[in-house]
Amino acid sequence: MAQDRASKTSTPVGSSGDFPPFNQRHLLSIADLKQHEIVDLLDRAEAMVPVSRQERKSHPTLSGKTQINLFFEPSTRTQGSFEIAGKRLGALVMNMSVKSSSVSKGETLVDTAATLNAMRPDVIVVRHSAAGAVELLSQKVGCAVINAGDGAHEHPTQALLDALTIRNHKGRISGLTVAICGDIANSRVVRSNLLLLGALNVRTRVIAPRNLLPSGIEHLATEVFTDMREGLKDVDVVMMLRLQHERANGRMIPSVREYYRFYGLDAEKLAFAKPDAIVMHPGPMNRGVEIDPAIADGPASVITDQVEMGVAVRMAVLDALLPAGDSA
Amino acid sequence: MTRPLLIENARIVDPATGTDAKGAVLIENGIIAEVAIGAPIGVPEGAEVINAKGLILSPGLIDMRVFTGEPGKEYRETLQSAGEAAAAGGVTSFVMMPDTTPVVDDGALVDFLIRRAKATSKVNVLPAAAITKGLAGQEMTEFGLLQEAGAVCLTDGRHSIQSTSLLRTVMSYAANYGMTVVHHVSDKSLTGDGVMNDGLFATILGLKGIPREAETIPLARDLQLAALTGTKYHAAQISCAGSVELMAAAKKRNKSVTAGISINNLALNENDIGRYRSFFKLSTPLRSEDDRQAVIEGLRNGTIDTIHSDHDPQDTEVKRQPFAEASDGAIGLETLLAAALRLVHSGDVDLLTVLRAMTIRPAEILGLASGRIAKGAPADLILFDLDYPWQVSEKDIRSRSRNTSFEGARLAGKVMRTIVGGVTVHTHED
Repeated sequence: MAQDRASKTSTPVGSSGDFPPFNQRHLLSIADLKQHEIVDLLDRAEAMVPVSRQERKSHPTLSGKTQINLFFEPSTRTQGSFEIAGKRLGALVMNMSVKSSSVSKGETLVDTAATLNAMRPDVIVVRHSAAGAVELLSQKVGCAVINAGDGAHEHPTQALLDALTIRNHKGRISGLTVAICGDIANSRVVRSNLLLLGALNVRTRVIAPRNLLPSGIEHLATEVFTDMREGLKDVDVVMMLRLQHERANGRMIPSVREYYRFYGLDAEKLAFAKPDAIVMHPGPMNRGVEIDPAIADGPASVITDQVEMGVAVRMAVLDALLPAGDSA
Repeated sequence: MTRPLLIENARIVDPATGTDAKGAVLIENGIIAEVAIGAPIGVPEGAEVINAKGLILSPGLIDMRVFTGEPGKEYRETLQSAGEAAAAGGVTSFVMMPDTTPVVDDGALVDFLIRRAKATSKVNVLPAAAITKGLAGQEMTEFGLLQEAGAVCLTDGRHSIQSTSLLRTVMSYAANYGMTVVHHVSDKSLTGDGVMNDGLFATILGLKGIPREAETIPLARDLQLAALTGTKYHAAQISCAGSVELMAAAKKRNKSVTAGISINNLALNENDIGRYRSFFKLSTPLRSEDDRQAVIEGLRNGTIDTIHSDHDPQDTEVKRQPFAEASDGAIGLETLLAAALRLVHSGDVDLLTVLRAMTIRPAEILGLASGRIAKGAPADLILFDLDYPWQVSEKDIRSRSRNTSFEGARLAGKVMRTIVGGVTVHTHED
């Protein structure tokens, strides 16, 4: 597929040694990245895609490195993606599912960080239910830290994989119009995506019932809509968000049935977007709640591509960060 | 009996009388015996003489909202360590919130605290009594007995009474004893699990917001109930423009309603949270700069009556957490005056107005004889250097907890001597 190379800073050839040093110690937030760093990461990720597609899926640049996946929240998709990414790069990967047991035992996050730090990992991938928790942990350890989702704050690798998927399908990112629909208030994916897409000159729209729109969202998105049809008009990309079930049944919305009627993506609503619009979803999906199964599995859907790009992006991020971790 | 103490060559600033002039004060037996403006006082035989060298002599500060760890959580703060911090900060009296373990909801505990404070604290500790048993917001405490035991006011501390009918009953009954009801206004259902001011910054940080209406809606209710019952009502701490408007309107009709503000809401705003700095996680939350400007104007025009430290010692275990999971609160006794003087140095509020909110106004609201430089008043006084530059450093903190919102802050204004009941309890040493 045609690629827009106008803003590229380096040529992806499949080896991290060909890239300039990535000048970040951690990946905590898209807000920390400059535009050229975002593009650099996307290029690096693209170079990693063939590694996953070849028969021998190995590119052992991280041989001898230790990666700890520290997940305080259950996550099959993201944790698995980071695990595969680390292993394909030859790292020793250890998964730690902490859930809330450390808290119930009276151990603070900072204590956990000190314990892990003593194991001398090279990178820690962290998911936590509290916004800012990953940042706090990063201040207490000596290695690189990757934010794999912190509360309703950010999920930077998700935004990067979304951007890579868009770039692969549209041939460019800059100048497109992207609509993000659903539970905007409680989504970490939204924040990272709005920051990243904004940095790449994308016109961003958010679409949600008013009570799922957080304060000040109009300063983060180009446009804000409460009507799906208006919001989807002529967009290039439709990103659907998962509705968390605890918000349904009269708490934030009256019912799943009503939500699907007005905010679920079906063929009728999707027809308002451009004919070649692509449909994305960070997963896991609630088919029949925020998205019609026919759309989720239909020709416009690039959802499985997102998963594949997720591994590539995480390989790229690990590869980019670890030299910085070494030099610290 | 202590020696008479003469403080001469001072710049006497007393908001009770609007005085700002050179003069001298004579203290005898813990009481202000004589005040001379613009004229010397003869040195009584055997008197200790302090040459103030032009430093400001003002009434000692009266802090209306201080949480202690004692009883129950002495590792956070004792009456003694709070007293050390208060003396260093120029606070000669503080109202101790009832949020302790056990809760101060019984006359015997008030009596104990007064005796304990006299034995261990350098400054006057004024216990506030709980409005409801166990601060549970369900059953009234024994207001009359608590007052007899020495409670200076009624408050549920950091808790807010949600039941309108209970609050009406509380206010009506408190009026029997002339006790001021000090109420933290917060609508629990609107506050929810919010952790900072609702707005763009909360959205960027991915944190749940607390709308201003969580404060203004219960405040509007309280002010109507205060008018209905005729009680003395003090909104413990307001933080936003809407609350200033409500207070200003209420004060036109009802002279017995007053409002306080935390120095944090005057000196800081939500931007100070930066990247999840949990020492700035406070209840009431830090608001926007527009709100801060509105409350400064409220202080300037008298809509806001008092400034307090909201001193709330919390140990590192509960503060060293992700922002949303960290406890609310910051210490503030030692920095109260200097932080308030930021408003003076910035030209936002004049010195008399700032000091009034920490001396005579709290005294009037609580019915205290202190808070003024007048013959016969308790000799609770401070000498301070308005311009003395210093930087807040964790190692210098006297509180047992270190959770200050002003860590590293550069401040101007330092207490050089603190006198409580005619006795010097703190002198600054370089």
